Amino acid sequence: MAPVANPKTFCLDIKKTNEVLTAPKLMDFRKGTTTLGFVFQGGIIIAVDSRASMGSYIGSATVKKVIEINDFLLGTMAGGAADCSFWERHLNRLCRMHELREKERISVAAASKLLANIFWQYRGQGLSCGTMVAGWDKKGPSLYMVDDNGDRHKGNVFSVGSGSTFAYGVLDTGYSYDLTVEEAVELGRRSIYHATHRDGASGGVVRVYHAGEPSVGRSPVGTWDWKP
Amino acid sequence: MGTEAMFGLTGKDFVILAADGQAAYSIIRLKNDADKIWKVGNMLFGCSGPSADTANFMEFIEKNVKLNELRTGIPMSTKAAASFTRNELAHALRKGPFQADLLVAGVDNEGPSLYFMDYLASSVKVNKAAHGYGAMFTLGLMDRYWKPDLTEEEAIDIIKKCIKELETRFIVDLPGYKCKIVSKTGIKEVQL
Repeated sequence: MAPVANPKTFCLDIKKTNEVLTAPKLMDFRKGTTTLGFVFQGGIIIAVDSRASMGSYIGSATVKKVIEINDFLLGTMAGGAADCSFWERHLNRLCRMHELREKERISVAAASKLLANIFWQYRGQGLSCGTMVAGWDKKGPSLYMVDDNGDRHKGNVFSVGSGSTFAYGVLDTGYSYDLTVEEAVELGRRSIYHATHRDGASGGVVRVYHAGEPSVGRSPVGTWDWKP
Repeated sequence: MGTEAMFGLTGKDFVILAADGQAAYSIIRLKNDADKIWKVGNMLFGCSGPSADTANFMEFIEKNVKLNELRTGIPMSTKAAASFTRNELAHALRKGPFQADLLVAGVDNEGPSLYFMDYLASSVKVNKAAHGYGAMFTLGLMDRYWKPDLTEEEAIDIIKKCIKELETRFIVDLPGYKCKIVSKTGIKEVQL
């Protein structure tokens, strides 16, 4: 426990004092973020930065903003770190339950809708999440964007987070469905890199995931990490 | 009323609806091929508003109209579906409303009919209707060119006139218009 008179209210107290004194927003653990995902001929690319900011402080430079829901599904996180990781891990559990109950992996559409329905239920109660759910199912690759308003969009190109507008610029200009895997990985990396340059709240390393067509008994999710 | 355009007309034996294809997040265009005209039974529901509200509301309406048909064995008339939808909007209004503006179009034994509905749960049977900022630019045009017993070609022409006007006078460029026609023989999408 925290070595103070009243450990129970430690977090609230430190928030109160720091708000006035040295570190405004120290306890507001939010991620200024850039994340992106796109579908192309060779599958799906997901790319994210790795900065966690607490107000004007960099909380961490090596955060993992991609959650591997299962071998065929990826989720990205932008917004409140706690909200995102809690609900995506919850989604992880729901997807596993579906698999055990139905003896079949959940579709990307269904998985994203489980998350969207949760956000819809909690709408207006202060959740802060901008996520993408991507992966492969029977129908092939697909990508969904789900956010805290309860919005859920299917699409080929998405970018989420405070740096998304910068990433969109690079991404939209360089995107084509016929990209090779190497070109696509490079496009994802570059888009995040340029977003981290312009967006003060994004930074750290670029993490790029490629979800290629799954072959039997092999996970489709490959990972590359890069320093910009 | 958002930066959207959705409008519709009744014709001789059909109703035509058109809507833009934009899904926005703040100032960011997430999509330019969104489909805002839903097929509900043998009717068309145009629905504009925040996409979370419209999707949740329309799925609810769609499934309940289907449920009613399964229970009674009779497809809902356009009037019945519009009444049901209006009632759901009215109930939702006092407990965190769905911000969904609707155009309900269908052709049944009573002929073609078009209902204008907003999220405050007003419902009016009309011959031409529009929602969103697009309404400011298209209503005048539709009033000018609409006539009873419009043919499909004439109606499509009016829709095209409306879209052209939005492209010239509206400062926002709304992309990807979708246009659908409902008639006694079914529903079809029109390539503009």
